[in-house]
Amino acid sequence: MSKFGKLITDGLVKNNPTFVLLLGMCPTLATTTSAINGLSMGLATLFVLVLSNMAISAIAPVVPDKVHIPVYIVVIATFVTLLQLLMQAYTPAMYETLGLFIPLIVVNCIVLGRAEAFANKHGVLESACDGLGVGIGFTCALTVLGLVREILGSGSVFGWNFIGGNDGMLAFVMAPGAFLCLGYLMVLFNKFLKKD
Amino acid sequence: MEYFLIIISAIFVNNIVLAQFLGICPFIGVSNKLSTASGMSMAVCFVITLATLVTWLINQYLLVPFQLEFLQTIAFILVIAALVQMVEIVLKKVSPALYQALGIFLPLITTNCAVLGVAMTVVTKEFTFGGEAHLLNLGESLVYAFATSLGYGLAMVIFAGIREHLALNDVPKAFKGVPIALVSVGILAMAFMGFSGMVK
Repeated sequence: MSKFGKLITDGLVKNNPTFVLLLGMCPTLATTTSAINGLSMGLATLFVLVLSNMAISAIAPVVPDKVHIPVYIVVIATFVTLLQLLMQAYTPAMYETLGLFIPLIVVNCIVLGRAEAFANKHGVLESACDGLGVGIGFTCALTVLGLVREILGSGSVFGWNFIGGNDGMLAFVMAPGAFLCLGYLMVLFNKFLKKD
Repeated sequence: MEYFLIIISAIFVNNIVLAQFLGICPFIGVSNKLSTASGMSMAVCFVITLATLVTWLINQYLLVPFQLEFLQTIAFILVIAALVQMVEIVLKKVSPALYQALGIFLPLITTNCAVLGVAMTVVTKEFTFGGEAHLLNLGESLVYAFATSLGYGLAMVIFAGIREHLALNDVPKAFKGVPIALVSVGILAMAFMGFSGMVK
């Protein structure tokens, strides 16, 4: 059991996809205009990551080496399409907000990266744990970034406005704030959490 | 006039990297040197325009008539992956010089979300250039794709220039590498925010 626990916690700090591996930067920057958006994007990626990791680890032994990348991409694209249809049906508003970045999970390097680096050499259960760990790490990073940008940019926390009115620093909700906040969060992560 | 608006909007106002956050990984990854940055932007420009042409046609004449739009994601990524492979093979044969110049960047482009992003945008998003909201036709899509990739190149080259200077500076340890690069992009994006509102 501890082995699976370790796989999950590794994804949080040691292999954190955003702050350490620097993967999946596009959705990280684009969808974190508020904490709830960041959280939703993280969960959407988590969903695809766990399922594609499991499917790929199951089919990896029978996939010829030469075509493994296209096969993995089709598997991932299938789960992304599934997610798109589910979100359209059950959370249409969030699907609208995240927009283009839901189909773009296909080209999120985290998903293909975990398939290549982990899932094709390990069992189904281990791969599921790895996907869960990395997915939670990604979700946490996105939620924190979203939270910081929401507090600075619109003066609210998870939609609860604490300054009254719309007096936030708008730049933090817009493009420059995404880069600045991620840069400074990465500095904090390097300073306090990363051990080298 | 409409084409002019599309070009200005795609290059400056809605710059693909600095306003739309597409293609960030290669943007950060290969912008250490000016020469690699310009090579990468040329390769991206080529592939984005070509991929948009092919995916637009596939969407219009294959997916829409058979009501298979939900297959867009799968179809497009496969087309792009195949296209990149094909471009690589054709270039190697036809123009070895260009292949030498773009060579190492081509395989990386499949996972550049800018390519899939632009291909998806032109078939799903309604634009309001010159009046009513409408989906772009083939000509407009191609101009949009080409201008967007020029904007990518512009951002890439500016940023590579900044990074070449950053490399010579004394940066605190925790800021070294990507964090300081991100902070610089943030300031660059702020400069590009000055264009917002020029084209609706």
